[in-house]
Amino acid sequence: MKRKLQYLAIAGIAAYLAACSFYEGDWPAVKEEKDRKKAPEFVLKDSSGEVVKLSDYRGKVVLLNFWATWCGPCEIEIPWFIEFQREYKDRDFAVLGLSLDEDGWKSVRPFVAREKVNYRVMVTTEEVDQLYGGVDSLPTTFVIDRQGRVASSHVGLASKNTYRQEILTLLGSPKNESPLVSSNRLPGSLRADLFRASR
Amino acid sequence: MPLSLQEGYHVNSNTPSDAFLIPLNLTWSKGVLEPAGVVYPKPRMEKYQFSPDKLSVYSGNFELVAKFTVPATAVPGPAAMTGKLHYQACNDRMCLAPKNIEVALQVDVVK
Repeated sequence: MKRKLQYLAIAGIAAYLAACSFYEGDWPAVKEEKDRKKAPEFVLKDSSGEVVKLSDYRGKVVLLNFWATWCGPCEIEIPWFIEFQREYKDRDFAVLGLSLDEDGWKSVRPFVAREKVNYRVMVTTEEVDQLYGGVDSLPTTFVIDRQGRVASSHVGLASKNTYRQEILTLLGSPKNESPLVSSNRLPGSLRADLFRASR
Repeated sequence: MPLSLQEGYHVNSNTPSDAFLIPLNLTWSKGVLEPAGVVYPKPRMEKYQFSPDKLSVYSGNFELVAKFTVPATAVPGPAAMTGKLHYQACNDRMCLAPKNIEVALQVDVVK
């Protein structure tokens, strides 16, 4: 009997440790409310020519994704965002896509049609990029709470589960328990002089 | 023109595998010589976690060869050809915005 209890205790500890282990980026991490900064306002036009203001989404959780048609990792995430838009749009959630394509709608329009993107997409400007920390690494994604504050940010390919849990946390779903709170870094510009060209 | 790319990064070749990808491209401004083409190395087909298909890329050290012709009207003596290398790089998790590198080639035109 004593041995059985010992085995149960070991199994319990092992299960607890397994639950605690995670890979970076796979754990939902929204900032504490006191640490969330206001997401900068922008006014852009979507593919229909309709004006889109971030402030129009106050009261909703917004996933703001900077991307481009030439960005392979972005292509991985876009189907996730399509799924989130479909699943949560009736729960005060919206995805907004901001493209950094230099040739604008010429590239973006056919890409969006090919991928069957179901959320609003805009072509961003240098000004908006700078407001968000100087976006030049893609994908860069911000999850914004109902009060218009940046609750989390991701530079580079993140995990679908991380995004989903962050969205659910901010939507106030009872499914979320003990969301991990961390001080995510704000994305800065990733400048890399990648080439050394010599004569 | 020898090029050296930081470890972990790749650039699309001059003939990328998807129309949306930005090719490596070397162009020259008007100068004393007439550009006569660029020879790009044979690309590698590499698979990355973010791509279902292999991509046509360059990475590590590689070389471009720029060819020129000398027009009959070229003035003998030292001169410089300036150009631009346009590229777009990624690692296996993220992509950087397209960039230009200014390049310059010192030449000596001899009759």
